[in-house]
Amino acid sequence: MAQRVAVVGFGQTHHKSNRGDVTGIELINEAVRRALEDAELGPGDIDAVVIGNMDHFENINLADMWGVEGTGGYLKPVMKLTTGGTTGTTVAIAGYYHVASSLFDVVLAVGWEKNSESDTTGGTITAFDPVWERFSFPGALPGLALDAVVYMQKYGVTEKDGARVAVRDRANAARNPYAHLRDPITVDDVLRSPMLSYPIKLLDICPRSDGAAALILAGEEKARKICRQPAWIWSVSVCHNYTYTSDVNFGYLDTLEQACRETYKKAGIKDPGKEIDVIEMYQPCSFAGLSWLEAMGFCGPGEAPGLLWDGATDAGGDLPVNPSGGVLNANPIGATGTIRVGEVARQIQGRAGACQVPEVKTGLATGFGGCYWSDVLLLGNRPR
Amino acid sequence: MLDEVAIVGVGQTKYERRKIGETFADLVFEVTNKALEDAGITIRDIDNVVTVSNDFQDGRTISSMAVMDACGAFGKNVSTVEGDGTLGALYGLMRVLSGAFETTLVVAHCKCSEGDQDLIWNSAFDPVYYRRLGLEAVSASALQARRYMDKYGVTGEQCALVPVKNHRNARANPWAQEAMDLTVEEVMRSPVLASPLKMLDAAPLSDGACAVIFANRWKAGRMTTKPVWVRGVGHCADAYYLGDRDLAGVDSLTGAAKRAYGLAGIVDPRKEIDVVEVFEAFGYQELMWLEGLGFCDPGQGGVFTAGGNTLMDGPWPVNPSGGVLSAHPGLVAGLVRIAEACLQVRGDAGARQVDGVRTALAHGTNGLCGQGHCVWVLGG
Amino acid sequence: MSLKAPPELIVFQQMADVPYNWSLGREGSLFLIALRDEKKFLGIKCPSCGKVYVPPRKVCGPCFTANSQWVEVGDEGVVTAFSVVNYRFTDPATGLPREVPYTFAFVRLDGADTKLCHKLAETDPARLKVGMRVKAVFAEQRTGNIEKDVIHFRAVQA
Repeated sequence: MAQRVAVVGFGQTHHKSNRGDVTGIELINEAVRRALEDAELGPGDIDAVVIGNMDHFENINLADMWGVEGTGGYLKPVMKLTTGGTTGTTVAIAGYYHVASSLFDVVLAVGWEKNSESDTTGGTITAFDPVWERFSFPGALPGLALDAVVYMQKYGVTEKDGARVAVRDRANAARNPYAHLRDPITVDDVLRSPMLSYPIKLLDICPRSDGAAALILAGEEKARKICRQPAWIWSVSVCHNYTYTSDVNFGYLDTLEQACRETYKKAGIKDPGKEIDVIEMYQPCSFAGLSWLEAMGFCGPGEAPGLLWDGATDAGGDLPVNPSGGVLNANPIGATGTIRVGEVARQIQGRAGACQVPEVKTGLATGFGGCYWSDVLLLGNRPR
Repeated sequence: MLDEVAIVGVGQTKYERRKIGETFADLVFEVTNKALEDAGITIRDIDNVVTVSNDFQDGRTISSMAVMDACGAFGKNVSTVEGDGTLGALYGLMRVLSGAFETTLVVAHCKCSEGDQDLIWNSAFDPVYYRRLGLEAVSASALQARRYMDKYGVTGEQCALVPVKNHRNARANPWAQEAMDLTVEEVMRSPVLASPLKMLDAAPLSDGACAVIFANRWKAGRMTTKPVWVRGVGHCADAYYLGDRDLAGVDSLTGAAKRAYGLAGIVDPRKEIDVVEVFEAFGYQELMWLEGLGFCDPGQGGVFTAGGNTLMDGPWPVNPSGGVLSAHPGLVAGLVRIAEACLQVRGDAGARQVDGVRTALAHGTNGLCGQGHCVWVLGG
Repeated sequence: MSLKAPPELIVFQQMADVPYNWSLGREGSLFLIALRDEKKFLGIKCPSCGKVYVPPRKVCGPCFTANSQWVEVGDEGVVTAFSVVNYRFTDPATGLPREVPYTFAFVRLDGADTKLCHKLAETDPARLKVGMRVKAVFAEQRTGNIEKDVIHFRAVQA
């Protein structure tokens, strides 16, 4: 029999460009301990473990088996998933199905990455076809740049609009002790930062970080015992389409639109702009923070810059986006999606500290990766 | 778990040493179509997909990306388990049990011929303390075999009974790669790979793919095949460092089996299970896994096997398909065990069919030296 | 011995080098043989939606249909996207830094519906634009390798 599922605990590391002071296993363990402390649980309370990262970023094969000491998975059920950038949300979703299936009651879902241990661009290139794509493909940047260019040309969006997204997220990150980048920046700083791939400049793009994040998910009965305010998972959706990067419809993230539409339908959301109180999106570059907001149904095509400049997406606005500072300010790739889900859960629990935005009843977390694939999780403050 | 989720379709490729003519996607397309045909449905009936692959084997980060079109995942909810196929199947099962989906396609692919197996398995070892020692799957398993044989007095001849039996069983399996008539003496005389393991104690390397379709009760009732119900499943992981484990022990398998038997309501597997498909990459492993699964006491796997208990006409036929020793397509191998157990319950296993199968067990291992295990109980 | 903060942090380095033999499959082999022997680009067509795929693949993802019909496509096409790559990174194929600058581009060959990833000869952004026409420059010695047999694509003068 199926059961409802809630996030009851979340822990993350202080994300940095290089955590040379710990091994990967120790990094994972930091996040796991913090999640257990957060939920006031011990390792013995965990029924199963889900873990994910990208093998070639640390060059560890079978990281689920390697990481057993870090996750506390010794003599427990352990499963590994990996789907590229969406890995972090993939483990959260797998944790959700572990519990929703009623096979397990309390599940730990861990995403992690030590990007300092390899060349991230080189590693990213290995995600693409070895014969047809890899020799010319230069990593994640040009695709994101192209996505931005098509959108900008269509709606007259400017580099300044993108910069405003980066400024917003950095201002939020300044309040988040776990963020990798926290020094405030201005629109001019962004516009003057080195051009990497037009229109993306250094301050428009996410960093590469070392970090781990762990969620504890529980079934309905357990969740109520574990914490006063569980963050209930209302619905989850995943959409993949293409196999080759050159097939992607750049300029509009159709997988995100489809996944959101499904998520809203399953949860009975009719007007996401009114019914959703906070968004943590997997926003790898500033421009994605505009067009993807449109794909998510929060405004019409070309309307995102208006929302942005009106301050609606600021921490104090009607539709706060990335109150944690988001992916632009911490990007331990396999953990990035897990952090989105954890931050939304914290907002719903009213425990987001200095990042807390007022009156959060529902929140949306997204994942992005692979061949422009999307994951979406909708969470709320009561079971549904 | 009573009649909640059924396996309604399975598909396999022929397992071969080098499938030079097929890409990963070609193999996945073949088995996806075979499983759909087996179930009597089309891709439109599949509402979600779980793929199984390993980034090191494929030499590709996000190795599942190469097969998205071939498994019919376009626009669908799809995810990827990196580990043995039994774990991918478990995730597929969970997705149906959650009520979110009605029909899950699980598909695993691996081409051992395309990567350097020693280096790929070496990469599963700790990079600082172990990797430079040159350990890989065979040498690590040799340590385990030595420890197991030494602890319990199991002999090389007892271990050799397993490849003799499994290669013989493989003669009745059209998908198997290595069907042979062997004697214990031939196994014992085969070249030593890493003592005490010899060439014929070890599985070959294979290319191949396998697909399994799970459906909820409502959907299962509308398919052409006889539904094979998932009665129980359990998985469990042991410690990582080989030096932290008693390699002769089967703690994680005992844990996985306990969970699966608990869900299936099995008290004594010897009385309630009719046929067994285990993931035995080496002969000694079948003996150890039978102990962990509760078919005999610890250390008795050799005696149990020598007593003829696991032969096709014995009381508990083990690996009628020929097992992993007859075809080892990496992490596909566990999913093959589920597919074969399903065919046995359906009575569709052809020349390798065991008479009167009502309940079958399928088993997969994950990691080195059986660090992780996954156990399935299937029934008609 | 007292356990305190280590005076330095040690990093263990490995240059990973795992060789692979990736199969091209029947479709990929036919495509590269035509490229190698006849300097021709082939596309493969979905019998259901009619989409012509380059590079070739067995399955049309949206239709879940086996692509069955070969068609010759042009060695000229249109640039649908490009980026002049200036940042250095490790090429996973060689373990060495990839030479920059180079221009990465999607080229839709005449008669194809999907795009081919390749390189452009031009690296001056001012002389590049989306929609420009380009033509494949073939290597003298060809071995059945999309990277080497086509050196790059060069602008076609209008």
